[in-house]
Amino acid sequence: MKTKTQTPVEVLEPARTPAVKIFGVGSAGVAMLDTLNGGDFSDAAFAAVNTDAPSLASSSAPVKIQLETKLLRGLGTGGDPERGRAIAEEQFATLKTACDGADVVFLVAGLGGGAGSGISPVLARAAKETGALVLAFVTLPFLCEGNRRQQQAESGLDLLRSVADGVICLPCQKTFRLIDENTSVLDTFRLTDGLLMESVRGVWRLLTRPGLIRIHFDDLCALLRDRHSESVFASVEATGPARAREVVEKLLAHPLLDEGRALAESSAVLVSLMGGRELTMAEVNRVMEQIGRHCEHAQIIMGAAVDEALKGRLSVTVIAARQGPVPMELPPLATPGNSGEQVTSRGVVARPGSRCGSPAAPLTPEQREQILAKNAGGRGRMAGPKMRQAQLPLAIISKGRFDKSEPTIHKGEDLDIPTYIRRGVALN
Amino acid sequence: MFDNDSSIVVGLEIGTSKVCAVVGESREGGTDPAKAGLNIIGLGQARSRGVRKGEIVDPAQAEEDVRNAIVEAEQMADVEIRNVYLGVTGAHIRGFNNRGVHPVVSADREITEDDVQDVIKNAKAINLPTENNVVHAIRQHFFVDGHDGVTNPVGMLGSRLEVEVHVVHGNTNRLQNAIRLVKGLQLEVDEIVSNGLASSLALLSSEQKELGALVMDIGGGTTDYVVYADGVIKHTGVLAVGGDHVSNDLAYGLKVPLSRAEKLKLEHGAALVDGECRGRTVTITNELGLPLKTVNVEHLRRIMSLRLEEIFQLVAQDLEAAGLFDYLRAGAFLCGGCARIPQIATLAGQVMQMPVSLGQTNSVSGLKSALDQPEFVTAIGLVKYGSFKTRKREARPSLARGLKGAFASFLRRP
Repeated sequence: MKTKTQTPVEVLEPARTPAVKIFGVGSAGVAMLDTLNGGDFSDAAFAAVNTDAPSLASSSAPVKIQLETKLLRGLGTGGDPERGRAIAEEQFATLKTACDGADVVFLVAGLGGGAGSGISPVLARAAKETGALVLAFVTLPFLCEGNRRQQQAESGLDLLRSVADGVICLPCQKTFRLIDENTSVLDTFRLTDGLLMESVRGVWRLLTRPGLIRIHFDDLCALLRDRHSESVFASVEATGPARAREVVEKLLAHPLLDEGRALAESSAVLVSLMGGRELTMAEVNRVMEQIGRHCEHAQIIMGAAVDEALKGRLSVTVIAARQGPVPMELPPLATPGNSGEQVTSRGVVARPGSRCGSPAAPLTPEQREQILAKNAGGRGRMAGPKMRQAQLPLAIISKGRFDKSEPTIHKGEDLDIPTYIRRGVALN
Repeated sequence: MFDNDSSIVVGLEIGTSKVCAVVGESREGGTDPAKAGLNIIGLGQARSRGVRKGEIVDPAQAEEDVRNAIVEAEQMADVEIRNVYLGVTGAHIRGFNNRGVHPVVSADREITEDDVQDVIKNAKAINLPTENNVVHAIRQHFFVDGHDGVTNPVGMLGSRLEVEVHVVHGNTNRLQNAIRLVKGLQLEVDEIVSNGLASSLALLSSEQKELGALVMDIGGGTTDYVVYADGVIKHTGVLAVGGDHVSNDLAYGLKVPLSRAEKLKLEHGAALVDGECRGRTVTITNELGLPLKTVNVEHLRRIMSLRLEEIFQLVAQDLEAAGLFDYLRAGAFLCGGCARIPQIATLAGQVMQMPVSLGQTNSVSGLKSALDQPEFVTAIGLVKYGSFKTRKREARPSLARGLKGAFASFLRRP
């Protein structure tokens, strides 16, 4: 495990509300930040980060960071993550200062474009270097937005995963199940924004609201830190006498949880229950029992809290984290790596097109110097991403001879997939 | 062979890894009960190619395999096979307990044979989905005026007769697939029998049934399990995971072709990862003896062990949910091809916390080679089931009926 100088201090002061900074990155992120800003995030500091001046101008965030150089001539990144990445690397110091003083950094972005996919991994790294816990809330583009954006989003997500403590990712495509024929484009985007915001709010509540059974800040850290998890989330509400049962039913039918399948596959599940003053222990117990039955292999962290505003309603937020494939270390600066096989600094061969992050670029001497200088000035190696033996992730698990036969699903688990993979047993 | 007090019973199991036909000779014994019994006189088997997870996916190939197995069995037993008891399995087969009620209306409140028949009929009237069909409705215990534990209520007094039955049902179309295939070979299907039930018949003695026992038949594509308690079947289940999954996991995990994985499983597999295999490697060679790849035995064992452990865990969970764990005083018995895996009983014992042993067929005589193999337990069980049925059904047909039957069956054959 990584030793970090601040960690013991955080653990020793459980009563302190952690300082939260919320960053919106890219045009989509900035727009989502605005919807958040109007809500109940009174203690959080907001900052909008973008390359695009008009988008920043319309934002209501108190801190606006425009990453601009002559290079871009005020035209933004033009949808190219590499440009976004390059410019963020250039302004790494600025980003780091912006993150200073935060215990938790929330990063809100829409992946797929230049700024969102390019800047957010760098920002996450900057935040991590200041010692903060980084949680990224991102959307993936709709499939109809095209291949290129999808690929950019995927690679952006991989990079983000390798640096952030936790990534909560909402593929917009999944929201198709929530909308009907007549839903307008505007409403759809509002819906996806809303869903993502719901999860930000859920985590926020976990951290700040007085709890009957409180989830401590370090619990969340323990769940997410260095696990490099990929997460799904769902938030549901119900009222009435049978609300505990209803809430679970809704949860298991939730499209984002793949009808409960995501729960079965997860290695850690965080459940936060919110109710008015009338929230009973029996209800909490009933909900937890049901959820527990569906994720037997998972470590469950639960919290229950009272919010006066939720009169008669029971709201449950679930974040299910799956042990993601062990990612590669974020290469310092990537350029399109399509020129055949390249060997990264640690001698691991990464094939182009594989999902293990982009291969390292051949660095020019200036770039190398620049990066070295940054590392020397920072907290040194300890604060950087942890060194770890890289492993190629198994993106698609083939079911071999059972590929075409009816799958054997048992409590949401596909038993045709080798057990050792489902249980995450490494063969070394 | 053609004397009147013996009859031929054939069990046919169309399994995922092999098709197996067993011919049994059931003797009545006449006046001497010691001579009554079941004798296995023939065995035919063929590699199965058209079956996945216990269900037929390629009827043409499966038909050929069944034909080969039947022909082999016919030659060995020197009989002509016309009727078979067919074993069925698959994930669609489920079991549950149901209860039937019947008021005793006669004036003196004595329970008669008719009442018993009625109550069983009531218990069999079950609301199933329209596409499902009952495979078995097995009688458990009777209740007379709410008192349980009555095994034969005829002659008792009471006003309310109830019976519990264990109903095994499955999807009609999927059951018909196997039946049609067999009928296509000009064979009559006497009855279909769930594989788990057949295996338990072959393995368990009546004391073991009374004590309570679990039979797990871990075959190629499915794991069938049956729980006996207090002498009756309490629970049955099919898990569509078996030895095929083990091979597939190995092929995937060790990155070798499936056929090679199968071979590695047989040669180096075991259910437990012990210290002895740590760091040991096996070199795979091609047909010329040149080394192709080196496989770590520890990985192989770990992959196998995890899969098998999971199978036992899933079955244990199911039994736990049914509340049957405390009834299994005789422990668990394993059969099916996977029972050959070394140390599997130890692993099962560790997971399920009960005595586990490999099952031995009992009260059957005949070919010793067939009786000792765990793969043939189901087919032998089918023969045993068949012999019970024929013994019960036939009260010695009259000569005229017998002749008529012989002609009829002669005409049915082309």
